[in-house]
Amino acid sequence: MKPAAFDHVAPETLDQALALLVRHGNDAKILAGGQSLVPVLALRLASPSWLIDLNRIASLSGIRRLESGQLAIGALTRQRMVERSNVVALANPLLAAAMPWIAHVQIRNRGTIGGSLAHADPAAELPAIGVACDAILVAQSQRGRREIAAADFFKGMFETALAADELLVEIRFPKWPAGRAHGFLEVARRHGDFAICGIAATLDRDEAGSISDSRIVAFGVKDAPVRLAAAERALIGTCGTSDAIQAAASAASTGLSPRNDHHASSEYRLELAQVLTRRALIQAMRRAL
Amino acid sequence: MKYIGVSHKRLEDRVLLTGRGRFVADLSARQQLHMRMVRSQVAFGRIVSIDTTEARRLSGVVAIWTFDDVREIPPIDIRLTRVGGLEPYRQTVLARDYVRYVGDPVAAVFAEDAYVAEDAAELVVCAIEELPACVSALSDPGEFMPGTRPGLSTEAAVLTKAYGDLEAAHRKAYAVVELEVAVGRHSAVPLETRGALAEFDPASGILRMQGAAKVPHYNRDQVARMLDMPNDMVHLIQGHVGGGFGVRGELYPEDVLACQAALRLKRPVKWVEDRHEHLLAANHSRDQVHRLRAAVDERGYILALEDDIYADQGGYIRTHGVTVADLAAAMLPGPYVVPAYRATAHVRLTNKTPAGTYRAPGRFESSFARERLLDAIARKLGRDPIDVRRVNLIPKTSMPFDRCVDTLGTRVVYDSGDYVLLLEKLLGYLRYDQLKAELTARRAAGEKVGLGLAFFVEKSGLGPADKAVISIDADGIVEVVTGAASVGQGVETVMAQICAETLDIAIERIRVVHGRTDRIDYGMGAFASRVTVMTGCAVKAAAEALRGKLNALPVDARSGTALSAEGWFRADHMAYPYGIHAAVVRVDEDTCGIKVERYIVACDIGRAVNPMLVEGQFAGGAVQGIGGALYEEFVYDEAGQPLATTFADYLMPTLAEVPTIEMLVTEDAPSPGNPLGVKGAGEGGINAAGAAIAAALDEALGQPGAVSRLPVTPLRLHRLLLGRQLPGSLAG
Repeated sequence: MKPAAFDHVAPETLDQALALLVRHGNDAKILAGGQSLVPVLALRLASPSWLIDLNRIASLSGIRRLESGQLAIGALTRQRMVERSNVVALANPLLAAAMPWIAHVQIRNRGTIGGSLAHADPAAELPAIGVACDAILVAQSQRGRREIAAADFFKGMFETALAADELLVEIRFPKWPAGRAHGFLEVARRHGDFAICGIAATLDRDEAGSISDSRIVAFGVKDAPVRLAAAERALIGTCGTSDAIQAAASAASTGLSPRNDHHASSEYRLELAQVLTRRALIQAMRRAL
Repeated sequence: MKYIGVSHKRLEDRVLLTGRGRFVADLSARQQLHMRMVRSQVAFGRIVSIDTTEARRLSGVVAIWTFDDVREIPPIDIRLTRVGGLEPYRQTVLARDYVRYVGDPVAAVFAEDAYVAEDAAELVVCAIEELPACVSALSDPGEFMPGTRPGLSTEAAVLTKAYGDLEAAHRKAYAVVELEVAVGRHSAVPLETRGALAEFDPASGILRMQGAAKVPHYNRDQVARMLDMPNDMVHLIQGHVGGGFGVRGELYPEDVLACQAALRLKRPVKWVEDRHEHLLAANHSRDQVHRLRAAVDERGYILALEDDIYADQGGYIRTHGVTVADLAAAMLPGPYVVPAYRATAHVRLTNKTPAGTYRAPGRFESSFARERLLDAIARKLGRDPIDVRRVNLIPKTSMPFDRCVDTLGTRVVYDSGDYVLLLEKLLGYLRYDQLKAELTARRAAGEKVGLGLAFFVEKSGLGPADKAVISIDADGIVEVVTGAASVGQGVETVMAQICAETLDIAIERIRVVHGRTDRIDYGMGAFASRVTVMTGCAVKAAAEALRGKLNALPVDARSGTALSAEGWFRADHMAYPYGIHAAVVRVDEDTCGIKVERYIVACDIGRAVNPMLVEGQFAGGAVQGIGGALYEEFVYDEAGQPLATTFADYLMPTLAEVPTIEMLVTEDAPSPGNPLGVKGAGEGGINAAGAAIAAALDEALGQPGAVSRLPVTPLRLHRLLLGRQLPGSLAG
């Protein structure tokens, strides 16, 4: 478990980092918190020639509430900072609720929000939160800056929409509407393990208490986070009664063919998707009332 | 002063807690080379060629060896339970002709640094003609190495333990209960992986290997024999050791290769195993199937017990020979009378990592099998499982109780025990009736929660002998030199306590030496829960001899005189602790989640030298037991590829998965076999964990007998729950 030789370069500015990316492109890996990359290197599952270390670029860290009400988090912000941030707790309670589920404190101390998103592990929490919140992922390259909707960002297992010369620099979460309720749950073999299945859910209700919009996102079941559209549709126009929640939970498996591995069969994951959808929606409705 | 029976703080801890511990990876020698193993990536196949050309070209590579380079080194010999016919199955230090598991060492790289060594290892090209892998001991035996050893069966041994008249018992039987159960493959995963630093000093002619553990003296003799050196020219030194549990410190190919390389390459050689390697290459354990059959009377009293055991030994027979299967067969009857008995153990080689002992070897498995059977008997007769156990428990008046079988070269004779008393004490501690009522009420309210109990008998204090030398210098400092080994269990503290009390001096004046073959000529090391019993009694004998010498001196000469004395303790029989595990377990039926709410270890160990350390042993053991019952498993696919080779897939329980381990430690049955009255405490904490959790899960699920296979993973629980909806489907 000694990595193959690589050159380590630690730019001080974003511009330098982007220039290095152009120069080394596919031959480089980006080092943020290192919580996934370093084990991958040690096991020689990847042997890049270059590591571009972002840790000296101070401008990539930070949590801001924009005037628009958006929450903007620098890609290099440590997960533990997000977890403990009062700004995040107020601006996006779903994100705050998901943070403690990510691995362990020691890992969150080093792991970054952008690192997890760009790594795109299918069982990770943050990509699902991104999709559930319609987050915008801001990518930058020497060619310029572009904003990518979370729904378009996660392309598959460890695959994203980022080009080889692009760096994820910021994540923006839209303003959290008043009255939105959320639920978050996952099942893992042990506390802190990657999820066998997890559900992130939001509910928006109109003044009459009728559900006007909903996001239900499953992770750990497919190669990327997946919106359970049939379950969402089953809720719209209802008041989130237990019958409506049950209908949504039953619909959670519609069109879903989860992956199969030695920890969990496809059928088991499918059942978990239903159970956790129900429980996450109950959580959300309890918060709403 | 009184030290025995006192929870004295560990003398070891100041150094360890202040970061001054020295584990093998902390050590380095000038000019050292780093060794890296090239391991087979296929489970079974004939070696066609191993091409090291490209790897040798790499700058910094000093040597690369394959079997041809170490042809003269004999295979690693069998330390324990050598039955006839095992020799051909021993492992050579590098694979000869065939590879027999993923991880089998095929070449050793020696390089200037560990990174280059690993680079070079990747460049070694092994051409292997793959053969179909055998991944189950239930498969029909095949050929071990078909091309070079035609006809040699992969069934390496069939062991039988038997006594009494089975046929007569069956004629009297009211009912016959049959059961098949299986314990999955898991093993010890110490915090510190294996490692070695081997150095040859041409001036003295001494070969020194640091990184020894467990059995330094035995391994010293073996290294000397294998490398054709005199015993006294080989020194094995143990530094701090981060856990052993049976796995660490046995003689493995890597130890011998590091020593040979130090001799041949004339430079120190360092090897530190990485975690991925550890999970592939260090001994695995468990992995047994038991097919049980009991003839019982109408009360559930067992008239006859039979068991066919299928033990998956992995690729080769290693140092433990057939110990694990032998212990399973010998210890299966446990605390019950069982007047007629036969166990037949089929030790079969497969294409998985070779297996050896892991904390309570053979007993974790046989306790699971036996206690599942007791529950099945109770179910068949419609009786309370505790009542059925009471009917079968060996009464105190029958002690000592000759079990009428042998294991580890000794007759199994339970030295002392009051099994019924411990059961009463545990039921009292649990407020059993009240607890049962609470759980019944919770189940009535829809919760899936249950209580399980399981009995066990342990063994400890394996002889034949141990020696200690105690000396006092002119300044009054006392040195206790033992042949014991410390794998982190508190040897220094316990030996110092025994010495301090016997000499009636302050413990601060005592230093304890262990794990050094250059300081004492005899030592058995640390295994089989033997150190407190065997080494402890040798220390007591040496201290008494020293006290005698001191008392013989004129009073004014008693301080300022240097003296030393040696003491021996010999034992033909082991000491047998016993206990009961109890677990309260809750199941989330919808998610197949399992939560261990309470875990209780009740155990009688005769006499505790240091109650705090005893409790530490039980807590650690229980956590490992929960791991084996619910989480840890070396899963293989059909081609023999291991699927749990990192901590992402080999799941050890963390603090979040285990409750506070409750303990009921009693001293009602001191051992009459040694002057301290002690029994070993190393393995009682893990022994019946699988059995207790299985029983609790049965009750929680409302499916008696549901759990027949460990570990109970969510996937297996999911199948169990499906099985209930679809009667007759598999319950595996």
